[in-house]
Amino acid sequence: MFQLHCPHCGATREEEEFSYAGEAYIARPANPEEASDAEWGDYLFMRKNTRGWFWEQWQHTAGCRKVFVVKRHTASYQIAGSWTLAEGKAHYLKESEA
Amino acid sequence: MSAYRVHRNSQRIDSQSPLKFTFDGKQMQGFAGDTLASALIANGVKLIGRSFKYGRPRGIIGHGSEEPNALIQLETGAYTVPDLKATQVELYHGLSATTTTGFPSLHFDLKGMAGTFARFMPPGFYYKTFMGPVKAAWPLYEKMIRMAAGYGRAPVEADPEYYDHLHHHVDVLVVGGGACGLWAATLAGRAGLKTLLVDEQNEAGGWMLSDASARIDGKPAMQWVNERLAELDSLGNVTVLRRTTAFALHEQNLVQALELCQDHLPIGSRNPGQPRQRLHKIRAHHVVLAAGAIERPLVYGNNDRPGVMTAAAGQTYLNRYGVAVGRNVLLMTHNDAAYDAARDLAEAGSRVTLIDTRLRGAADWRQQQAKQAGVELMLGYGIAQVHGKTAVSGAQLVQLDPFTNTVRGKGPRLSADSILSSGGLTSTVHLFCHNTGRPYWKEESLSFVVPDEGRQGISCAGAITGRWELSSALAQTHAATSAMLAGFGRSTHGDCPQGDEHEVAATRRLFRVPDGLAEGHGAKAFVDFQNDVSAADIHLAVRENYRSIEHVKRYTALGFGTDQGKLSNVNGFAIAAEALGKPISAVGTTTYRPAYTPVTFGALAGSHKADTFEPRRYTAMQASHLKRGALFETVGQWMRPWYFPQGKETMHQAVDRECLATRNSVGVMDASTLGKIDVKGPDAREFLNRIYSNAWSKLDPGKCRYGLMLDENGMVMDDGVTACIADDHFHMTTTTGGAARVLNWLERWHQTEWPELQVRFTSTTDHWSTTAVVGPKSRAVLQKLCSDIDLSAENFKFMDWREGTVAGVPAKVFRISFSGELAYEINVDACYGHYIWEQVMAAGDEFGITPYGTETMHVLRAEKGFIIVGQDTDGSMTPMDLAMGWAVGMKKPFSFLGKRSLSRSDTVRSDRKQLVGLYTEDPKVVLTEGAQILSTPDATPPAAMQGHVTSSYHSAFLGRSIAMAVLKGGSQRSGDTVYVWAQGKMHPAKVVSSVFVDQEGVRQHA
Ligand SMILES: [Zn+2]
Repeated sequence: MFQLHCPHCGATREEEEFSYAGEAYIARPANPEEASDAEWGDYLFMRKNTRGWFWEQWQHTAGCRKVFVVKRHTASYQIAGSWTLAEGKAHYLKESEA
Repeated sequence: MSAYRVHRNSQRIDSQSPLKFTFDGKQMQGFAGDTLASALIANGVKLIGRSFKYGRPRGIIGHGSEEPNALIQLETGAYTVPDLKATQVELYHGLSATTTTGFPSLHFDLKGMAGTFARFMPPGFYYKTFMGPVKAAWPLYEKMIRMAAGYGRAPVEADPEYYDHLHHHVDVLVVGGGACGLWAATLAGRAGLKTLLVDEQNEAGGWMLSDASARIDGKPAMQWVNERLAELDSLGNVTVLRRTTAFALHEQNLVQALELCQDHLPIGSRNPGQPRQRLHKIRAHHVVLAAGAIERPLVYGNNDRPGVMTAAAGQTYLNRYGVAVGRNVLLMTHNDAAYDAARDLAEAGSRVTLIDTRLRGAADWRQQQAKQAGVELMLGYGIAQVHGKTAVSGAQLVQLDPFTNTVRGKGPRLSADSILSSGGLTSTVHLFCHNTGRPYWKEESLSFVVPDEGRQGISCAGAITGRWELSSALAQTHAATSAMLAGFGRSTHGDCPQGDEHEVAATRRLFRVPDGLAEGHGAKAFVDFQNDVSAADIHLAVRENYRSIEHVKRYTALGFGTDQGKLSNVNGFAIAAEALGKPISAVGTTTYRPAYTPVTFGALAGSHKADTFEPRRYTAMQASHLKRGALFETVGQWMRPWYFPQGKETMHQAVDRECLATRNSVGVMDASTLGKIDVKGPDAREFLNRIYSNAWSKLDPGKCRYGLMLDENGMVMDDGVTACIADDHFHMTTTTGGAARVLNWLERWHQTEWPELQVRFTSTTDHWSTTAVVGPKSRAVLQKLCSDIDLSAENFKFMDWREGTVAGVPAKVFRISFSGELAYEINVDACYGHYIWEQVMAAGDEFGITPYGTETMHVLRAEKGFIIVGQDTDGSMTPMDLAMGWAVGMKKPFSFLGKRSLSRSDTVRSDRKQLVGLYTEDPKVVLTEGAQILSTPDATPPAAMQGHVTSSYHSAFLGRSIAMAVLKGGSQRSGDTVYVWAQGKMHPAKVVSSVFVDQEGVRQHA
């Protein structure tokens, strides 16, 4: 029952306007045909299931339909921020390196 | 009759306004301002229920939401409300209430009389019954227990009243209208913040309503309260909601609060234009929790007898409602505060004996006050057990060891008609803990409390932090609120209000009053009254090795009731801690979850019910369908014609007629509800190649193609026909129910993986009306309406589409078929939908054109073996499982969604369930959809299931039943006989092709 900020609309709206769209930045293998069954299975099924700060995708399904990323704490439901996919990726990569 | 009315200057009832009401059919009288509980007590009612497990007689214990026993059924018929706490029901003229517990009657109780069930119902009763050796006997008990265990009865008639929701966005929400909450709201209001204060009671004041002697800033506390209320009223930026309980706190300070708008009014005087209750959804920048504290009783033998109450209840009934709870009162305490109750009762004329478990008793001034009022003090004693069964008659005292919680010697036996006890206060920490917060044990307050500093976005004020003295509670409130205001960049206007400073003696650390016997050997000492959990039960749970308090709770049912353990939890945790040999801080609390108090379903639903529960969507042809007598079914949110019965036709007869008319001449169906998405852009074609399993590179403008959409697991998720409008423009259709899902799916893949593709999606479902003209005469019908499209078989082929005019209306005509017949789908601007439908009906009249609905559509498509995604598939079917490998373009250069998964070890298994047709041996048998398929007729359970029936109909065209099914290795089992368990019988059936009609496709190409 939280509110999310859509970086595309520039508006903070109730969760009901959005749809959860899974863990962020799981890239589709560039050459699926060359992926082994295990690699393809990883891409399809394996998720982090993080307890703590987590990068996830949300889609503004009852608004602009854009997909964006949210950094949310899965236990406290605190939200650190929302970014467009491109902006968020820079933050995400910086954190992953750290 | 031991309780009686007295006049108190502090009383909030209006003795000039008597109100008549009935309880269990008996006429009684109370006064405006009474609760049902105060009026019942004044009328001498002591026995109000029977306990859940043992059938023990029970009376009113508390005075508010903490009440565990006094659950009543209010009113009858459509207005009835079950399990209200009598302590929270405001009395109104004509109120009628009945008891809810006690089978067959309150005064003759089977459980109570025989005590039969007690033996069978130790802690963990249900667990042991289902798991243990008694299992076989369960059916014998079940019926009796179910009858005996029930509380109130849910209404069976439609609710005649309505409910609504109101959303608030405020700077500050203050929860609790006691002295501390009022002061926090005052400071926030003076600072100019948009402030909302909610309070559970019919009037603000909190404990000040009960404590007649409290003073703030040198004047009576209620005078100060009224000044605050008047000031808040005068401030335009402050709203005060009474009778409004904040029952849940969620993420980002969303608080839900239930306002009882009209429950306090006689049913006949309620305004039908106003809601009965209103659910407030409050999003607050900052929440101030000033929810106060609730007094808990001590735990002692037979402490559940009617006439036993908390000291706070005794004081409240006296000072607020003008009801003295007894003429001969025993009051046991381990703290100073309860002396006030004893003093007030004695002043009002009751004979009061104060049993202080402490050898030295309270601070001198309190002892003096009590003695002056006529209270008899007994220091260093405790109550070992209460006497009396359906009403208190007295108590056996013991002398307590002053240092350890043990018995030092015998005490006197005293007579009494009312017994009160005070085991200290328990902070109302619930809301703080609903959203991940945890309380901590504050030893000097003997309570789990919330931190003084609150947490991000939440301030805690007053007794909720474990401050029991008014002066220190107000000081802490002032400091916490000032800190909050500083956070808003505002200053504090006003000095901290001063409560009287009192000297207070130390509290005795006591929860379970010892009776000199080992736990379980003396009289039952109850911790949780609603669930009949005794101190011995908690010890037993620990002996049976339940270590976590969460497990002890579930095993004993401690705190499970509608009171949510408001009286019982801390006592229960303390007793468990002792049994476990751990400090109570290490035992902790169970998890606090919403709702703080019960909330009606009506309030939660608000206006989201009946017609406004979910929107209904109608096509432009709705009036035509109604005129022709259609019956409807809901598909997604759409109301689709189901079938069009004529005269007294059954559905079966109507569908047979519609099917035959369509196959033999011409039928017409409203296909407007299919999802439609306009896909446009230079890369539209490439995008389709990636999102569909088929190839789209060679589809020219003017052509259509059936497409299968797979998820990344290779499973079919949607299907539909897509038309190429121009090289960079496609008209995609989806299943009726899948339109929104598919649009989001397209957006997600485009935005996350292929943002470089230049393509846009627009939902056009509502823009087009689609009339499907189906059957051998469909060309003839269309020819009458359309002169600018060459409809000849050579020039307008199957899977072509043409632009032109139909009946003068611009139209896109698709020659596609979901029935296997020659068919055209006329798409026009939705504004013309109704007109075109009627034009088609008129033009088809000479051919006996027959409108049909979804049922006939299903039969026609099943006769052709066309799947319905979601009926013949369930998210675990690949195109190969459906024998639709022809719709998979394995040679496409880009690895389309789901392609790689089609070669995983699991998807290439040959024994996967695959789509087949079934012919039952008896052509009249229509199998049940969902029926399981077996290999042999004489299988006994557990037998391996071979698959199940997905679609099954009677085909009038074939004169027999047909079925589609998914069957393990089905593609290799043509000609096999399988056995289908349906309607209580085994039906032999032959595996056949799932295309039952026109396998060569001659008809649709006509
Ligand atoms: Zn948006």
